[in-house]
Amino acid sequence: MSCQCQCAATSPTRTPEDAAKFDELGRFIASLNVDAIPDRRRGYLIQILHRAQSIFGYLPEEVQEFVARALNISRAEVYGVISFYSYFTDKPVGRYKINVCTGTACFVKGAPKVLNEFKARLGIKEGESTPDGKFFLGALRCVGACSLAPVVMVNDKVYGNMTADKVADILKECGE
Amino acid sequence: MKINLKINDSPVSVEAGTTILEAAEQLDIHIPTLCHLKMDCLQIEHRSGSCRVCVVEVKGRPNLAPACSTPVAEGMEVHTNTLRAINARRTILDLLLSDHPKDCLICPKNLNCQLQALAQELGLHHLLYKGEQSTYNKDLSSNAIARDLDKCIMCRRCETACNVIQTVGVLSGVGRGFEAVVAPAGLKPLVETECVFCGQCVQACPVGALSEIDYKYPVWRALNDPTKTVVVQTAPAVRVAIGEEFGLAPGSISTGKMVAALRKLGFDKVFDTDFAADLTIMEETSELIERIKENKNLPILTSCCPGWVKFLEHQFPDLLYMPSTAKSPQQMFGAIAKSYYAEKIGVKPQDIIVVSVMPCLAKKYEASRPEFSHDGVRDVDIVISTRELADMIREAGIQFAELDDQPYDSPLGDSTGAAVIFGATGGVLEAALRTAADWLAKEDLQEIDFKAVRGIKGIKEATVTIAGLELRVAVCSGLGNARKLLEKIRQGKANYQAIEIMACPGGCLNGGGQPYHHGHGKILVKRMEAIYEDDRNQPIRKSHQNPAIQQLYAEYLGEPGSHFAHKLLHTHYFDRSKK
Amino acid sequence: MKIESPVQLAETAGQLNSRPRPPMKLLVSLGTCGIAAGTQPVLKAIKDEITERRLENAIEVSEVGCMGLCYAEPVIMLLDRESGKRLIYGDVTPQQIPAILAAGTDAPATGTRTIERNWYYPESETPADGEFQARIVLRNTGRINPENIEEYIAEGGYTALAKVLTEMKPQDVIDLITASGLRGRGGGGFPTGRKWQFAANQPAGEKFIICNADEGDPGAFMDRAVLEGDPHTVLEAMAIGGYAIGASTGVIYIRAEYPLAVKRLEIAIRQAEERGLLGKNLFGSGFDFKIEIKFGAGAFVCGEETALIHSIEGKRGEPTVKPPFPAVEGLWKRPSVVNNVETYANICAIVRKGAEWFRSIGTQGSPGTKVFALAGKVAKVGLVEVPMGSTLREIIFGIGGGIKHGREFKAVQTGGPSGGCITKQHLDLGIDYESLKGIGSMMGSGGMIVMDEDDCMVNIAKFFLEFTLDESCGKCTPCRIGNRRLYEMLEDITNGLGTVETIEKLKTLSATIKDTALCGLGQTSPNPVLSTLSNFEEEYLAHVKESRCPAGVCVKLVHYTITDKCVGCGLCVRHCPANCISGERKMRHEIDQSRCLKCGACYQVCKFHAVEKH
Repeated sequence: MSCQCQCAATSPTRTPEDAAKFDELGRFIASLNVDAIPDRRRGYLIQILHRAQSIFGYLPEEVQEFVARALNISRAEVYGVISFYSYFTDKPVGRYKINVCTGTACFVKGAPKVLNEFKARLGIKEGESTPDGKFFLGALRCVGACSLAPVVMVNDKVYGNMTADKVADILKECGE
Repeated sequence: MKINLKINDSPVSVEAGTTILEAAEQLDIHIPTLCHLKMDCLQIEHRSGSCRVCVVEVKGRPNLAPACSTPVAEGMEVHTNTLRAINARRTILDLLLSDHPKDCLICPKNLNCQLQALAQELGLHHLLYKGEQSTYNKDLSSNAIARDLDKCIMCRRCETACNVIQTVGVLSGVGRGFEAVVAPAGLKPLVETECVFCGQCVQACPVGALSEIDYKYPVWRALNDPTKTVVVQTAPAVRVAIGEEFGLAPGSISTGKMVAALRKLGFDKVFDTDFAADLTIMEETSELIERIKENKNLPILTSCCPGWVKFLEHQFPDLLYMPSTAKSPQQMFGAIAKSYYAEKIGVKPQDIIVVSVMPCLAKKYEASRPEFSHDGVRDVDIVISTRELADMIREAGIQFAELDDQPYDSPLGDSTGAAVIFGATGGVLEAALRTAADWLAKEDLQEIDFKAVRGIKGIKEATVTIAGLELRVAVCSGLGNARKLLEKIRQGKANYQAIEIMACPGGCLNGGGQPYHHGHGKILVKRMEAIYEDDRNQPIRKSHQNPAIQQLYAEYLGEPGSHFAHKLLHTHYFDRSKK
Repeated sequence: MKIESPVQLAETAGQLNSRPRPPMKLLVSLGTCGIAAGTQPVLKAIKDEITERRLENAIEVSEVGCMGLCYAEPVIMLLDRESGKRLIYGDVTPQQIPAILAAGTDAPATGTRTIERNWYYPESETPADGEFQARIVLRNTGRINPENIEEYIAEGGYTALAKVLTEMKPQDVIDLITASGLRGRGGGGFPTGRKWQFAANQPAGEKFIICNADEGDPGAFMDRAVLEGDPHTVLEAMAIGGYAIGASTGVIYIRAEYPLAVKRLEIAIRQAEERGLLGKNLFGSGFDFKIEIKFGAGAFVCGEETALIHSIEGKRGEPTVKPPFPAVEGLWKRPSVVNNVETYANICAIVRKGAEWFRSIGTQGSPGTKVFALAGKVAKVGLVEVPMGSTLREIIFGIGGGIKHGREFKAVQTGGPSGGCITKQHLDLGIDYESLKGIGSMMGSGGMIVMDEDDCMVNIAKFFLEFTLDESCGKCTPCRIGNRRLYEMLEDITNGLGTVETIEKLKTLSATIKDTALCGLGQTSPNPVLSTLSNFEEEYLAHVKESRCPAGVCVKLVHYTITDKCVGCGLCVRHCPANCISGERKMRHEIDQSRCLKCGACYQVCKFHAVEKH
């Protein structure tokens, strides 16, 4: 009888960079000697997640699985912990966090056009980051700079009186 | 050490460590609870003290105390029904309802919901608080368990069931604050997880957040399709529980009424999974004897329970050689119905619809496993739970309690006492021992009660002597217990020859598809007693003595373990672990 | 070299103190706030100047922690070792350095800002006039280099541990702490000695002593200052506590958001281990003690001790019902004591100076001092340590310099999101655990946020509740859903949708949440609502009855109108995002109230103050 079941998912092949990152995480975990007291292995979880996030930038599913296996706990528990602590994220976040203010004042002054321009140029939706990890695009409630509406924030810097035309300039500025 | 305290001015003396809730029970003082779940017979305790419904006033304590998780203290004075406690309880319920859909009329847990019952108990008819409600996508990804997190009240009982009792580890508290909810890693649908569909979470869930995937309508459709022959099989544990749905006392043996009801619903033939259970014993026992003789691949593990099988495939892929290759009774029944029986009545397999009534939700999943269908025809077409059958009986207006007993149809409805006990933990092993003993001794032995493997305890170990042969056996129910045992086996610290494993604590009688026990362990004990009573009442109590089975082998299969029997009645297992 | 006896410790300290040192000492404040304000360039300028003018033998530079003068950072202090004269400079720039170094301690350099020291050190000094502050907890913070254990030893460091290990029995230590009346500084004020006694009474075996350094109140940074400025004092106290209760492992649970504190703790632990002051057989007593650091990951609720323990165990930081108390069943189900940083920072001084000395400071029920992080609308934001029983007036006006920009004091919030606001009428109340509770607030961990007339108290309550919503673990119903409903009601009020009934519901729901929530965070979460309601009910009523926000904060209730001062320049028209201002050129303009977004753009741009906000 041929096997038609959804057999075990094989792990996706890793890029060399990713493999190096997993090696680094693996070495870190090994250095902790987590098996010294098996009942207390999970006491290392948060420490390991901190390190993993600093290595990978975020905590993707594969990393969560890696950590769960190393500590012999369920993936659900690892995810439960990640989702509990605000410091951890399972989504990649771009280096440049672009937030378009969608407060009322900015809205009527054309924020949607600006937001759409960013979406088109970056090829991502709101709340996503570009695949190269450079840009994150988000929308914010009022940032309290209504006199400059519409407003865009890139990390902590505020750009006022935005138009769709200026979007390219901002992206270029970040590129340099 | 005894502790003396007063509850509502009545003195009571209890053991140290007793909670206020338990002390109040001794005085017949009822304190409402919601998140609390304690089943002593199964050693299940979920005492998170998180819903705060059970708060009571304790003299000298600045705030109210949760009765379920506050231990008594010497000289304590508790008042359960002061205005302050009543107001607090009502406010808590009001708050819970403010974040809960009010579609009770069409909820799968309608009239089986503990939140609904609480609202009635507290007489809450007016809601003070309203505001944002949590919204999530429904998870209908599997064919066994439905998740509707809008209804989750964060009691976390499912988490205890899944992680602590079953150690399946699929569920966890996710997020925090108002957004907190119980879900699998990455909020994934169940079908993408290691869930084994045992349904213990569904049993634990006090509300409609977890329920079964409903297959009643496909059954109705089949029953109304004149081109199909619709046959039904009923699992052993269903007959001792379904009566509860119709007001019969727990532990009532309702086999005859159930058969009558199924006929009234319109099934062409009413058959019994017990027949296939006897068949399973034939195959499994011959495999057991063979492995013992050859002293290889021991211990043999039972393979009737699909939840347990999937658990093994995910968690212990290195032990896949251990379980018997015999299919479960449900699947054996399907295979026989669509071959032997189909030929017998001259109907094409694709024109026969096999409906199973199971105490189980994993059986819905099992029937859908690809290896159990051929050319697009499944061996078992539709699986409904005990609860779904009860719903159908109600829907059809059948007065269950008033029905006169009727017998099953032959031949696939003929069975023995050995098959009935499959419904309780230890039963499969006992049935196998009865047959093995006879076969090895080559006589009809009279000592057939193997009491050492009976009882609701999670892990039972025994050495039994059959025909001069010493057999080391173990029985465990509950996957957490199974894990303990398997770890021991893996480490070479256990030396058994045969082990029965059932996913649900107590066995199938406590399956995820059974009438809700709402935390009352006594109901399970009654069901178990009924199963052994039913066994005692049977004229034949050994599987190999079932005439219908003997006829099946004579006419169709040949010998137990024959090549043809293997083709039809055996299966194989898959490594489902994440590499 | 390892220090193996009290005598060796004394010799080491003696050698350190008697070696030849430059006559002048320059302390540079390098806490997180100082670094953010630009202390690093100042430090570089100092080092350059010393090198250039070959002042190595004249001036010793010490990089110290926070002096508490956050409002004036970068801060440096110049100290003449011989005369004891000192000068504290604030708002220092690199350019001022040559002049400051040249001026010495006799007179301040011109063009600089100097600051009077308004604290004293009760361990060695008596207070002079105007020295409201008594620094016990902060005795070394801002005075010694936290990255150099020698400076700590020179100041008498580890003598308390030496004394305890060689002269006292564990029970003596507990008796001493109990007699001192020290109470937990993390908020609840539970007597520390009693907590230790509970854990000590448990059968011998593995026990833990835990330091709660998960300071998370918005606006509180005392613990960070101590850990950054004087980490050894915490280590030494933990070892003392470990000896008292029979624990040989200490765990510091610290926020991941405090990288500098973590770094300094790691350095301190390493140096202490090198010196044999942590590790095996301390001072030859046979007592072993080690300390591990565990990290938080951004969850305020982990300040609650059971949640903290779960977090150390790698779980979600959800509190559990007590009992069992951690002293009986704590970390890994072993008896554990959890104290916060500031509590530990008192221990060594108590051991050295005695219980009676400690009780001579502060009030009868709350001996000792309390550190507050003074923030908000106060002129001099910073860290202050005052004897218990000091009045708010002394703190806010005496030390804090009153309200910024000469505005009117309205209220002060103590205890962060768990506390309440205190109004003018209680400015002269001596504050300790009981008195604050009595007026509907609490000590909390020591955040003190000052508010002026421009703050809307409904909005303040909403702000704190929003914090609680974000930080609630979601385990128990009253906190998970109840606080959400409270917040929604406050939102209604600030949006002009509230009624008198809303206020009544706020009160009853708040009372139930306090009465039924599982942990301290939940039980205290309605405090900001209740205390603003009891002190400023008229402000709530103005919102719901008159649709008016007296402080002019709640946007939906604010109205902008244009007065006669308008010259019709049209600037506001150009800035209005809703295009709802109209008028002839050079004529008084008007705002169409039905379309106004209340964004305030017109109010901000008008050069003639013709737009009024009310």
